[in-house]
Amino acid sequence: MNWTWFYRMGSPLWFYQSTSRWLPLLSLITLALLTAGLAWGLGFAPEDAKQGNSFRIIYLHVPASFLALAGYFLMAIAGAIGLIWKMKLSYIVMKCAAPIGAALTFLALFTGAVWGKPTWGSYWVWDARITSMLILLFLYFGVLALQYAFNSQEAGNKASAVLALVGTVNIPIIYKSVDWWFTLHQPSTIKLTSAPSMHPDMFQPLLVMILGFYCFYALALILAVRVEILKRESKTAWVRELVEQLGRQKMGVKQ
Amino acid sequence: MNFQFQDLGEMLLMGGHGVYVWAAVLVSLATLAWLVVSPILQHKQALRQIGLNLTREELRKQNGNKDI
Amino acid sequence: MPESNRGFSAYFRRDLLLAYRRRGEVASPVIFFVMVATLIPLGVTPEPDSLKEMAPGIIWVMALLATLLSAEGLFVSDYKDGSLEQLLISPNLLVMPIFGKVTAHWITTGLPLTLASPLIALMLSLPSVAYLPMMAGLALGTGCLSFLAAIGAALTVSLQKGSLLLTLIVMPLYMPVIIFGSAVVQYSIDGMAWSGPLAILGAMLTAAIALCPLAIAAVLRLTTIN
Repeated sequence: MNWTWFYRMGSPLWFYQSTSRWLPLLSLITLALLTAGLAWGLGFAPEDAKQGNSFRIIYLHVPASFLALAGYFLMAIAGAIGLIWKMKLSYIVMKCAAPIGAALTFLALFTGAVWGKPTWGSYWVWDARITSMLILLFLYFGVLALQYAFNSQEAGNKASAVLALVGTVNIPIIYKSVDWWFTLHQPSTIKLTSAPSMHPDMFQPLLVMILGFYCFYALALILAVRVEILKRESKTAWVRELVEQLGRQKMGVKQ
Repeated sequence: MNFQFQDLGEMLLMGGHGVYVWAAVLVSLATLAWLVVSPILQHKQALRQIGLNLTREELRKQNGNKDI
Repeated sequence: MPESNRGFSAYFRRDLLLAYRRRGEVASPVIFFVMVATLIPLGVTPEPDSLKEMAPGIIWVMALLATLLSAEGLFVSDYKDGSLEQLLISPNLLVMPIFGKVTAHWITTGLPLTLASPLIALMLSLPSVAYLPMMAGLALGTGCLSFLAAIGAALTVSLQKGSLLLTLIVMPLYMPVIIFGSAVVQYSIDGMAWSGPLAILGAMLTAAIALCPLAIAAVLRLTTIN
């Protein structure tokens, strides 16, 4: 099998150039999906019988939680690829995925809290899922803190890659144990999400939102990676060429 | 698929849950916007910085490698 | 002595000897454990009924903090005097010496904590039926904590101020141990069969013994040799 595509993917230049081509399309799709999903979910999806309109927060809460978790795995996989194949790009991806994932985890927590107020009567409930999200946020903080603690970028990358992998091994255990702890301490209250029994009219906009969030995640990650690439490769010939070309374009506009 | 509210004012109220729903929406949109806008700004900044470094280098070459 | 065991007993004995020479340092986690536990009744309430309710959680959180406090020193002195690098470049398997070091760490922190725990249980008026399960849970659980803390210690060994960072990165990984550890105590107080959560703690310890030394060896190789 031919593996050149795999190694080409590790090249920052290749990544920068090919994403330059795809970025406009991706941003357009993201914007369309998020706008459509949000309008559909907030305005057109039917009201929930028990929770009324407050349930509409689901259209932000669930996609954010999905991506928060998926983002952690992506970060860990990127770190693993960096450790194994020593690819420059994968460490950059790992480093950029951490703050995005942390922001989405925060978002999941915030929307969960705001949803909890009308549903349970308080902003914070020690619900299994919310608690797991909080622990996920701590895991993200750990990776971020470790990344920036080292003076050498190389050592910071390696250390946080290992920590992300250790966290990945632990996440299922943490989720299971928090779930178990929850059933021990609290009899079942209203569950926030009950996906299987959701009405299709409610479920379809959720699907659109989840898809939109996936596209958004890709977009945000690509943008962050491009900045990082530009900073790290600032001494290389292709970046110089790019900057000179942009400078000429600007001059042309002025004249 | 019908619009679920009488008018936009009703949608804003959301049957008494408006504060929560719209707070969630606003904070979410703000976070998402920040995640996209901040790398775009940083990208511009990085390009400008690299451009400045390039011109500085050229000037230095013209002046016979003296510090300017 | 079997070939694979060579590094284990050497480093196990060496670390125990070092700990014995620094007896004061070894005692401090236990003293910390007891002192903080006396602060809780002063800060919250001296009422036995409420104390009893909180006791499992307090004991486990204190055990967690005590192991974290002592974990920083696990590799730091070896790193500073260069013996860690000697270990890393030696032809022997890295896993067994690390296993030995972590086991020695457990003997000097987890075991004393386990032995001191009845004292705190007494002060927090924990029912006497819970003593045995608490000690069994602590013995297994602090083993897990030692292994996990060792990963954090390895990650932060080359940093100047690693101790706070170590706490930050290891604490989330401790959650399952805390949950099942305090559940063992809670179950025994409530008169239920506590062997279930204890068995899970045992399973976690087994997994930790199998996986953590590998991770620690990889981390030390990656972060200390440039």
